[in-house]
Amino acid sequence: MRILKMQPKFFQEFIESLNKFGTIYGPVKKDGVLKYDRVEAFDEVVFDGERPMIPIKKLFHPKKFDMFHFDKDGFTPDYSSIEKRVIIGVPPCEIHSLLRLDEIFMERPVDPYYAKQRENSAIIGYSCLPGESCFCKSTGTDIVEEGFDLFFVNLGKFYLVWVGSSLGHDMVLEREDYFDENVTHNDIEEYIDWRQARDKMFKASFDFKSMPDIMELSYNSPIWDYFADKCLSCGQCSMVCPTCNCYTVTDVLEVSPDTKGRRERYWDSCMFVDYSLVAGGHNFRGARADRLKLWYTHKLKAYANEYGKPACIGCGRCVRTCPVDINVLTVAQALTEMEVPAQ
Amino acid sequence: MTVCNHSDENPFQPEAARIVRQYDLIEDHRFFQVRFLDMERAMTFTYNPGQFLMLSIPGVGEAPFSISSTPSRPGILELGIRRMGKVTEALFNKSDNDVVYIRGPYGNGFNLDQMRGKDILIVAGGLGVIPLRSILYYVLDNRDQFERLFFLYGVRTPEEMLFRTEFFQLKERHDIECLYTVDKATTEWSEDVGVVTKLFTKLPEIDPHQTNAVICGPPVMYKYVIQELLKLKLPKNQIQMTLERRMKCGLGKCGHCALDHIYTCMDGPVFTYWDTLHFRELI
Ligand SMILES: Cc1cc2nc3c(=O)[nH]c(=O)nc-3n(C[C@H](O)[C@H](O)[C@H](O)COP(=O)(O)OP(=O)(O)OC[C@H]3O[C@@H](n4cnc5c(N)ncnc54)[C@H](O)[C@@H]3O)c2cc1C
Ligand code: SF4
Ligand code: SF4
Ligand code: FES
Repeated sequence: MRILKMQPKFFQEFIESLNKFGTIYGPVKKDGVLKYDRVEAFDEVVFDGERPMIPIKKLFHPKKFDMFHFDKDGFTPDYSSIEKRVIIGVPPCEIHSLLRLDEIFMERPVDPYYAKQRENSAIIGYSCLPGESCFCKSTGTDIVEEGFDLFFVNLGKFYLVWVGSSLGHDMVLEREDYFDENVTHNDIEEYIDWRQARDKMFKASFDFKSMPDIMELSYNSPIWDYFADKCLSCGQCSMVCPTCNCYTVTDVLEVSPDTKGRRERYWDSCMFVDYSLVAGGHNFRGARADRLKLWYTHKLKAYANEYGKPACIGCGRCVRTCPVDINVLTVAQALTEMEVPAQ
Repeated sequence: MTVCNHSDENPFQPEAARIVRQYDLIEDHRFFQVRFLDMERAMTFTYNPGQFLMLSIPGVGEAPFSISSTPSRPGILELGIRRMGKVTEALFNKSDNDVVYIRGPYGNGFNLDQMRGKDILIVAGGLGVIPLRSILYYVLDNRDQFERLFFLYGVRTPEEMLFRTEFFQLKERHDIECLYTVDKATTEWSEDVGVVTKLFTKLPEIDPHQTNAVICGPPVMYKYVIQELLKLKLPKNQIQMTLERRMKCGLGKCGHCALDHIYTCMDGPVFTYWDTLHFRELI
């Protein structure tokens, strides 16, 4: 891969120049809330540090959007929200989360809504340092090798810039004079030192590799009942998890004498009680323990069978969000030690 | 009227179809014949017995339904619908010639390759006969590809038997053995009385390795029917059944039908008995 060097003084100007390639989006702080949204001004962008509670999936698999408009002539797809975008400040774990979602939405048959957003969005990655609840090192998602157009590693004195695609290459060509081809041996050493220092900063971790087996073996464990008793079925864990893809669909009628309206698609959670309900009121997963099991099977085991890696990317959002401390770390620990967490 | 057919581009695109004919099967259960408005689409649309489609009524919603017709009779799609809730209620209020929207076909369907050249045992309970009717007629229309054909169908009472006239006519054919039973003969009934497993005593001798069974019925039925099939020594992967899950997309995207790492809408709805032992939660 092509690696270039950039002096910090060029960074803002370079990022601003990217609007030639699309509307700039990124983690911005507006009214005190950090979220992935349109960048209006460069100084709203939070590069590294606090992370938005709602992950980047919302830009590709929106919380709510119209799939179709319908009238007497049938259903017409609505792709109006799709625009050329450049998404800046994306940390490695979020890039991994998109690669995971790709495996669901871009597999045949391709979901055209997600695919069009992906095809029209450039990803400009940005290095981060782990926060309190980050454990992406355990899930192998702390670095990225693909899934970005450019990736900036902030080494303080300068940036190392990985060029990950031909679009990224074009972006660099636009402002060639900001970049230095000459990456010296010393620069590489600085990078290695940074990596090592970063590795040591992780506070949270767990043994991810043995989880598929442990999940399989503890299917009937009373640990699930312990967590089920606490779980509020609020579904927040699904909303904040960057690899939760579940959604539901409803038709909304316009107030009009004709049949006219829109078919909406919006996030759903397998933690909600009616999620697996079928006709006749037969619920395959009425028990909360069974719903929790499904969630954790997906994060820690199921996906591993299917795609060779589990769905959790170690962002720690479930750790920060669940009101009753049910999260990948507490569940993995309890299942590994076969003991319920100390109160 | 313009006909949208973007299904290659957008797999969620519902396509217009006309209700050609409809009539009540029994109370709250109705038979529908539908045909794509686009004649070419109607004639080229193909599917496997055991697959399903998503039917939309604009403004009401979308729901999955098994295809009850056979691909050996192209042009028209047949559905058997039970009045259950929003979508089905709206469908019951439609008249002949009204337009509904469909997309599909979805799911795997029955494993026909495994069934060819074998004796076929079809075991249906109640509503479960709707998807099985597709494989039943498929075998009858391709009779030389299969050996003996047994059709076992059980319902609670004679009034609950679906496709009654049709199925009694089948009894007159010599290339199929039809065995029907009711739990309770509340009205006049010339066939068996008792649960569907009782019909197994009436079967001639069966070579388990040369036999494929397909089952569909209420959840409670599977256990007892499978016991009978295992008594006959049928290999576990030669017992196919079609299962139901809540489904929203039919395309492995919405997650609703997920269990373990499978999506019922893509990897099913037909599973073998072996699959159900392998994947917990399946039945
Ligand atoms: C693969 C497959 C094949 C099928 N084949 C057939 C078929 O051939 N024929 C057939 O008649 N049916 C079939 N079904 C079942 C059919 O899809 C359902 O009956 C249908 O979805 C009902 O839709 P509805 O909008 O009419 O009902 P809904 O309005 O969705 O309600 C159906 C029932 O489910 C419950 N329910 C649903 N949603 C909720 C909720 N959010 N909260 C509480 N309760 C709820 C209620 O008990 C209600 O009575 C099949 C299902 C699958 C998955
Ligand atoms: S399971 Fe928790 S830590 Fe893992 S990706 Fe989802 S929210 Fe992040
Ligand atoms: S695990 Fe926690 S966040 Fe998820 S539904 Fe239960 S209480 Fe809510
Ligand atoms: S119905 Fe949506 S994933 Fe199966």
